[in-house]
Amino acid sequence: MREFTLVVAILVATLRAATPLMLAGIGELVTERSGVLNLGVEGMMLMGASVGFIGTVTSGSVVIGLLMAMLAGAATALVFGVLTLSLMANQVACGLALTIFGTGFSALIGAHYLGMPLPGLALSLWPNLSTASPLLHQAMLVDPLVLVAVATPFLVYRFLHRTRAGLILRAVGESHDVAHALGYSVLRIRYLAVLFGGGMSGLAGAYLSLAYTPMWAENMVAGRGWIALGLVVFSTWKPFWLALGACLFGFVTIAQFQAEGLGLQVSPALLAMLPYLATIVVLVLISRDTVRLKLNAPAALGKPFHVTA
Amino acid sequence: MRLRLEARAQPARIMLWLSPVLAAVLSVIGISVLFWVLGRDPLQALQILFISPLSSIDGLAELGLKATPLLLCAIGIAIGCRADVWNIGAEGQFTLGAICGAVVALRFGGNDAWWLIPAELLAGIAGGAAWAAIPALLKTRFNAHEILTTLMLTYVAIQLLSYLVHGPLQDPQGYGFPQSKQFEADAMLPMLIPDTRLHIGALFALASVPLGSLLLGRTLMGFRIRVVGLAPGAARYAGFSRNGIIWFCLLLSGGLAGLAGICEVAGPDGQLTPVISPGYGFAAIIVAFLGRLNPVGILFASLLLALLYLGGEGLQLSMQLPIAVTGTVQGMLLFFLLGADVLINYRVRLRPAHVGAAGHA
Repeated sequence: MREFTLVVAILVATLRAATPLMLAGIGELVTERSGVLNLGVEGMMLMGASVGFIGTVTSGSVVIGLLMAMLAGAATALVFGVLTLSLMANQVACGLALTIFGTGFSALIGAHYLGMPLPGLALSLWPNLSTASPLLHQAMLVDPLVLVAVATPFLVYRFLHRTRAGLILRAVGESHDVAHALGYSVLRIRYLAVLFGGGMSGLAGAYLSLAYTPMWAENMVAGRGWIALGLVVFSTWKPFWLALGACLFGFVTIAQFQAEGLGLQVSPALLAMLPYLATIVVLVLISRDTVRLKLNAPAALGKPFHVTA
Repeated sequence: MRLRLEARAQPARIMLWLSPVLAAVLSVIGISVLFWVLGRDPLQALQILFISPLSSIDGLAELGLKATPLLLCAIGIAIGCRADVWNIGAEGQFTLGAICGAVVALRFGGNDAWWLIPAELLAGIAGGAAWAAIPALLKTRFNAHEILTTLMLTYVAIQLLSYLVHGPLQDPQGYGFPQSKQFEADAMLPMLIPDTRLHIGALFALASVPLGSLLLGRTLMGFRIRVVGLAPGAARYAGFSRNGIIWFCLLLSGGLAGLAGICEVAGPDGQLTPVISPGYGFAAIIVAFLGRLNPVGILFASLLLALLYLGGEGLQLSMQLPIAVTGTVQGMLLFFLLGADVLINYRVRLRPAHVGAAGHA
């Protein structure tokens, strides 16, 4: 029974750690499938984490907080969209700018909420239930956003591969000139994809500040946005592979958990390196196969599009 | 009647230098709005941000102190960007430079050896270059993109520093604080101006400007870097080694960031702590772009960003604003700059254009 409880605990902890990576990663996957490379995931997640927390505390409703977080992510993504799509600025540089800005601005607006608790507002399926059974207690840690995160790869896969809109989005990402010639509005589709990515990143950030931690701290996303970007490459732009990668990373993230279970004494700082090192290893493994990467990457990824007619 | 962007036949060189000015003006307006929203007097805030730090010798020395790491990191980043090599992990290389230099300082300090400071600096350069060698290897050998690898290694470096100051390098007499022993006096960099904190590291930073210009403008390697960045196809045809350029750019920028790191630790600080940089490595990316990837431009841009750091501290003290104002303003500046850069390649027209290609890939 004790072993079983431990297995459930590790499973739940893995899923919880994977949730922000899954949400942000799926959002970025859709953005990249439309041919736009937004490196600002980290900044948008921070905006979502900060605005989501503030919204929840001030409105007293976690639902309003989550909505505001998605809006905040989408709003920052819109700035990115205006710069890269309408003004044709360099996507890599704008993504970095978005991350720098998001890091600073989220800390600025969140300064008054540092270390504030979330009394009874943290996201949970069973807010008022308490139990003596440790097994049930672990299972109760699964919250609504974890379920949403589990569902998104299926939904996004269906959208991309079983709907007309998904086909058009992929066409824009493969060749914007052809899509334009066929009469599709390249910019409008890309704007929508960028906004979707921003909203999902905002949601992922809010998950961290409202359910995972739950509290607001400066720079609390701690590189997860960049790991999500790495996961998109790892997945070769396929939703189910992304979900698998997110779970793998969730498992690595909770290494502290497993080390304690095995009775190992390792410095927490060294364990905290693991997800970053794992990202590098995974990138190396996937990138060495250049042919596979080139076959799967959206062909127009990162290229600006300018209509004159 | 709609505003339309029309492609210029040739990039406008004048806009290359007007765009940062335009971005600065827009940023000042943006900052004013920000302060107004925060309920502070914009004029007073601007005065604290931009004027007050420059009104004393001490302030000017602090300006030089903060510009030093920005300048060193940005020159390396810019040379890389010229060749389309994106080293955005300068913060991590800075950290490793600080760690390696500090190990030398802590091990050999107190003997009044003449070689101590040169050895520290070399260790710092080697540490930063070694940290940048990892992404160089992964890029040239396994095609792993340097943006993600350099950034991931930054997080690893920060955790490594945290591990060291909590463990092997922790001061046994430090009452359990996560910090190393204080460096001995002979391990500290000499000061340039007495009674200020401006150290000789500023001279290395200044020297990097003409050296960077010489490298880019007057050497074969600089020529190759520019060709690879401007016309990758031509570079391949000419037989320039792409891998050689990646190695060169990453080792150079890593070494410069490492030098900045040890200068910061052996200059004003004198010990290792868990946080040794207020994001110099990331701000240096803004400096590089603001300076148009040109060493002379970068010198001015580094002074502006250093002023923002100083002014941000001033706002924290006198207006009780969070220090995050600095990061917000930095991000805003870069946004405006990237947006204004559209005027280099396009002109704004009121009427729809009739000629031009359908897309620019």
